[in-house]
Amino acid sequence: MASRERTGLTARQRRRLSRAVQYGVFAAAVIAVAALADWGRIADSFLRLDVAADMFPRVWTSFGNTVLYTLLAFVFGMLVGVPIALMRVSSLAAYRWFATVYVEVFRGLPALLVLFLVGFAVPQAFPGVTWPGGVYGQVAIGLGLTSSAYIAESVRAGIQAVPPGQVEAARSLGMSHTRTMITVVLPQALRIVVPPLTNELVLLTKDSSLVFVLGVTTATMELTKFARSELTSTANATPLLVGGLLYLLLTVPLSALARRLENKGDRR
Amino acid sequence: MSDPIVTIRGLHKRFGDNEVLRGIDLDIAEGEVVCLIGPSGSGKSTLLRCVNLLEPPTSGTVNAAGHDMTDPDVDIDAARRDIGMVFQHFNLFSHLSILDNVAIAPRRVLGRSRAEAEAEARRLLTEVGVEGKERARPAQLSGGQQQRVAIARALAMDPDLMLFDEPTSALDPELVGEVLSVMKGLAADGMTMLVVTHEMSFAREVADRVVFLDGGVVVEQGPPSRMLTEPETERAQSFLHRVLHPVD
Repeated sequence: MASRERTGLTARQRRRLSRAVQYGVFAAAVIAVAALADWGRIADSFLRLDVAADMFPRVWTSFGNTVLYTLLAFVFGMLVGVPIALMRVSSLAAYRWFATVYVEVFRGLPALLVLFLVGFAVPQAFPGVTWPGGVYGQVAIGLGLTSSAYIAESVRAGIQAVPPGQVEAARSLGMSHTRTMITVVLPQALRIVVPPLTNELVLLTKDSSLVFVLGVTTATMELTKFARSELTSTANATPLLVGGLLYLLLTVPLSALARRLENKGDRR
Repeated sequence: MSDPIVTIRGLHKRFGDNEVLRGIDLDIAEGEVVCLIGPSGSGKSTLLRCVNLLEPPTSGTVNAAGHDMTDPDVDIDAARRDIGMVFQHFNLFSHLSILDNVAIAPRRVLGRSRAEAEAEARRLLTEVGVEGKERARPAQLSGGQQQRVAIARALAMDPDLMLFDEPTSALDPELVGEVLSVMKGLAADGMTMLVVTHEMSFAREVADRVVFLDGGVVVEQGPPSRMLTEPETERAQSFLHRVLHPVD
C-alpha cells in the first residue's frame, strides 16, 4: 500500500492514532480549566446548599408561572398562528399579503419589544382599555404574538409538505376546498410540524423570562425574575444556578421529545 | 343505446406553450369500459383528469355523469361525487386507518352516520379482498392492497363512472393481477370505466373499446380485438409493436 510506505502505518493504525490525539487534546483542556479555576470561590458563589435549600418551596410558584406563561403564549400562538398559516396559502392575494406582513413583523421584532408594546404602549394609546386576564392576558398576547409568527411559518411549511395527491384524492371524492383542508391537509400538516412546534415550546420556555418587564409581583414572578431577586437578597449566585437547573428540567425533556417525534416521523 | 354518460367535444388543454390535448371528441356509453392507450406524453392522463376537472380544460366541453363540467356555474363538488377516481400512486389518506379512508367521504360529504358508513366500508373492503386490515395505516399495506383500498374508497361514494389513471403502473409486477381482477369484477358488474393503462391484456380482456391517443388527438379507436392486433393507422401499429415487442 502506498500510504503505508509513506507513514509506516496501516489505515487502521492511523485512525487509532488520530482518535488518541483527539482524546488527549480534550483531556488536556478539561484539566487546564479545572486547574486554573478557583474552586473554593466558585463553590462559595454558586454552590451554597443553604441558599439553595432556602429557595424551596417558594421557587415552585415561579416555576409554575414559567410553565403557565409558556403554555398561555403557546396556546395563543397556535390560535393565531394556524389561521395565519392558512391565510399564507390562501388563493386570495389580500389574505396572503396580510399574513406575510404579519409574519415578517412579529418574526422581525424582538420579543421583549413586543411585550413592551402590549404591556405599556397599547394601554397608553387606548386609555381605559385593559387586557383580559391581567398579567396573564398580557403574557399570552405579548409572547404569543411573536410565537404565532414562528408557528405560522412552521404550519405553512407543513401544509405545503402535504403531497398534492392527497388534495387531489380528497377533491375527487367531492370534498370542498375547505372540507379538504380540515379533513385531510391540516391533520397531516400538524403531524409534520409537531417536532418544530416542540422546539418552539422550548424557545417559549426561555422567552418567558422576559415577562419581568411587565412588572410582576411575588405571585406572578417567573423563574428568572425569582432567581434574580433571590440573588439580590442573598448576595449569592446560587439561585441563578438553581433557576438554570429548573429550566433544564423543562427544556431537556421537551428537546428529547422533539427528537423522538422526529425519528418517529422519519419512520412513517 | 342510451345517452352517453360522458360526452367530450373539441377538448383542448394547454400547459403554457405545450398543447397537450388538441381537440378531443369522445363519447362513453353507460356501462362501457374504455381503455385509453398511447405513448407517454400523448395526453391520456390529462384527458382523464379533464373529465373530473382536476385539470381545467383550456377550451371545449365535457359532460360527465349528467354534469356540465365545463359550465362555469357547475357545482364541481357535487359532480365529483358521481365520478370516482383511482390514481397511479393510490393517494390514500396517510393519516387515516384503512377503514376511515373508505368511510371518510360518505361521512363528511354525504353526511352518513359513522355506523352506516363503516358498515358499507367493511362490505366494500371485503369486495376488493382487503379484510382484517381495517385498523392498519396505508403505509402498512402492499401497493396492491393500497390500490384495492383506493378503489373501495372511490366506490364508497357510489359513483356513476370510474376513472382509472394508470392504476397498476406503480405496482410490483406480481401485484398487478390482484388489482386488475378487482377492476375486472367491477366491469362485470356494469360499472362505466375510463381506464388509462399500459396493460394490453387487461384491455384485450375487459375493454369494450380501445382508444389510441397520440400527440393530443384520438388517432384511432375500436374494439380491442381489432385495435390490439391489426390497427389501421401506422402510428397505432408502431406503438403496439413497441409495447408488445419491447426488445426487438
